[in-house]
Amino acid sequence: MNGFHDLLQFIFAGLTNGAIYTLIALGFCVVQNTMGIVNFTQVDFVSLGGMFLFSGLFWAGLPMGMALFVAVAGVTVMGMAVERLGVRPSRSKDHLVLIFLTIGISIVLRGAMKLIWGKNRMAVPPLAGEEPLRFAGASILPQAVAVLVITVLAIVLLVFFFRGTRLGLAMRAVASNQAAASVVGIPVGRIKAASFALAGALGGLAGVLVTPITTLSYDVGVLLGLKGFAAAILGGFGSFPGAVLGGVGLGLVESLTAGYVSSAYKDVVAFVVLLLVLFARPKGLLGK
Amino acid sequence: MLSAKDNIFYFLYLHRTGLTVTFLSILLLLWPMVESNPYTVGLSNLIAIYVLVVLGLNLFIGYAGQISLGHAAFFAIGAYGSAIATTTLGLPAWPSMIAVALVTVLVALAVGVPALKLSGHYLAMATLGFNIVVYTVLVQWDTVTGGPSGFSGIPYLTLGSLVFDNEIRFHYLVWTFAMVALLLCLNLVRSGVGRGLAAMAEDETAASTLGVDIRRSKVKVFVLSATLASIAGSLFAHCYAFVSPESFNIFVSVDFMIMVVVGGMGSIWGTLFGASLITLLPEWIEALDTFKEIVHGLILVLILLFLPQGLIAGLVESVRKKIALSK
Amino acid sequence: MLEVANVSKWFGGLPALQDVSFTVPSGRITALIGPNGAGKTTLINCITGVDTAKSGKILLDQCLVNTLPAHRIAALGVARTFQNLKLFSNLSVLDNVLTGLTVKAEQSFVFSMLRLPALRHQERYLRLRALESLDDFGLSNKAYWPASALSYGEKKRVEMARAFVGDPRLVLLDEPVAGLNTDETVQIAQHIRQQRSAGHTMLLVEHDMELVMDVADQIVVLDSGRCIACGTPEAVQKNPLVLEAYLGRMEATA
Repeated sequence: MNGFHDLLQFIFAGLTNGAIYTLIALGFCVVQNTMGIVNFTQVDFVSLGGMFLFSGLFWAGLPMGMALFVAVAGVTVMGMAVERLGVRPSRSKDHLVLIFLTIGISIVLRGAMKLIWGKNRMAVPPLAGEEPLRFAGASILPQAVAVLVITVLAIVLLVFFFRGTRLGLAMRAVASNQAAASVVGIPVGRIKAASFALAGALGGLAGVLVTPITTLSYDVGVLLGLKGFAAAILGGFGSFPGAVLGGVGLGLVESLTAGYVSSAYKDVVAFVVLLLVLFARPKGLLGK
Repeated sequence: MLSAKDNIFYFLYLHRTGLTVTFLSILLLLWPMVESNPYTVGLSNLIAIYVLVVLGLNLFIGYAGQISLGHAAFFAIGAYGSAIATTTLGLPAWPSMIAVALVTVLVALAVGVPALKLSGHYLAMATLGFNIVVYTVLVQWDTVTGGPSGFSGIPYLTLGSLVFDNEIRFHYLVWTFAMVALLLCLNLVRSGVGRGLAAMAEDETAASTLGVDIRRSKVKVFVLSATLASIAGSLFAHCYAFVSPESFNIFVSVDFMIMVVVGGMGSIWGTLFGASLITLLPEWIEALDTFKEIVHGLILVLILLFLPQGLIAGLVESVRKKIALSK
Repeated sequence: MLEVANVSKWFGGLPALQDVSFTVPSGRITALIGPNGAGKTTLINCITGVDTAKSGKILLDQCLVNTLPAHRIAALGVARTFQNLKLFSNLSVLDNVLTGLTVKAEQSFVFSMLRLPALRHQERYLRLRALESLDDFGLSNKAYWPASALSYGEKKRVEMARAFVGDPRLVLLDEPVAGLNTDETVQIAQHIRQQRSAGHTMLLVEHDMELVMDVADQIVVLDSGRCIACGTPEAVQKNPLVLEAYLGRMEATA
């Protein structure tokens, strides 16, 4: 029975992390699809989510619900700012330059966070209680349950957004064929800003959900974000179902490896998987 | 018939690269007689070591048009390789450096051959992932590497009875390596191979129809840059007698990339400038520890937005164009 | 010299080339014409190794080349120009032409880094060859200009200089006068004739019928991926299939 409890524990942990990776991977996908670039600032959207939540709770004294909303909204706005001020002014369309540019902006964001919130780790209170819940013999934090529930909700909303709303359809049009989209009157510039906003929202959401579990610092998003990127590549970079599959898959592989093989090398798992995917099948599981 | 003066000018022009490097080397040779503050000399030694890394990286990123966000991994293999070989295994230092460099070649081939089939962000992520794997191993495999607290007691390099144990002696050692590497890279860039790389960076299809073996060229440049980083790492270990994983994480790789961009992607002389600027920044900005990311990030962003070819190359390019168009 | 035998290629379900066969005789200019979308550029890409034929054979002096990668085909002496220009804007005009001598230059990294006297002599020789080639095409006064600073017509000539500099066995010219005015076209025609006198074999893809009739020794006509005619300019001009391929199109769009 112990073995089964352990397995269940690892699966819960894997699903929780997987949910976070999925949100981050979706953020990467949105920008990749509408703008064709990899947005390295995605990792900082995650950290910012946690930072804004912290400030909302402790500097503005907001109640948890409001603070969550304000935090995600704040990162959404930051996303638009990054696109408008950082990416759009670029004179060069050179792929290399754009990749390095988002890396540079990412570094600036991290530096700003370090300046504003300091170098030290901070604790963020969880959404709903600290006592672990017991389920089928394994324990799971209420925060982890929140992560899973809210992630699923977010995915459902996202599907509805892309299938049913004008903005969502416009974004898909731009992703599919930018020239054609602008010809039919879709404001491509605004769509690009919107996709960065959406990426910000997804990253911010991941941040507010995960930082109560991992604690918060100005660079907390880096490793998580890179793993989220690895998950996106695993699932097939640019594919939304792929991001979900890759995120959950990576989370589970990581957790099971840490549990059964070695917990010291846990961080390596995601990147070994990444290297294997890139070397053997760069398109990933569901890639185009 | 050319006059004597014309002959001299022609000779100078023909050998301009070798002469400039010689001139710079003479300056470096004489410098410790003027400046004997070990701290200042130590700083320039660090610059020399980084120049070695960034020369190779610039060939890869700037000349061949590829991406590596994980070169600190090769720097680490050189450093820890030499450290373990000379301290734990007690092997002689110079042969170890060569052996470690050969190991790096093998690792670079193992990673490079599959990774270089990718491009753009896939390649960036592959190199980044590789760096993270190496870094994590350095931290976790503490029985061999000393873990997060680092690896100390690395012996100094010796040449006969001469022990390289102070900054002045390091100066001659590391700058010799740096100048030799500079000359070799300048030669490469001015050759048919260099032109092939530049062609490949701009248009792989065109370059392949001209006879450039794209896959092989990419791998060769990657291995060359990894080897230079490894040698730099070995020198780093023997000069500071201590290494810790923090000198080899992905942020260091990104700093190397910033040095390339600042100096100018594809500008070999620019790497001297780029490496110097980024290394000297902490000296000029007192509170750099707090502002480090912002400063580095802003430099990178501003250069990429306004002068994508880098400061030196950008200036040289505009001057050249003006001269050409005024003729 | 060049033999194309039963070459076919599909893109997905669409046939781009269907059982195309013809030969390009040595020292002569063969023109490849046909309406847009006939498969001319696809064929050129297959010959140069940029693309691969799905079936059939391409033989260069009896040597099978359609399985070789582009850089090996270049090493065998096949050069080309591109319809949409593929010059290296980050290099000077002279360096662009020098890239045409890649197969003749030192390939080794190590030897290039050491820059021994033998390499220096070779470099000097290659530079002279490149300057000569630029001179042939009337561009030696702009040798040190950045390639991006030249006019469109001049850039086309640089590409041609780059193609001919290595004394290739076969040169494929992909629409060398597209986008040029009458004077520039006449200039290019002259260059082409000059190169034929020098003994070069050429396969010329063009839409400009005047140029084609002027310089071609043999014409191959493609339509919808098939070879519908092959012969002297006079014969092809009168060929009813050819007329239908062109006029038929014109009627449809009228």
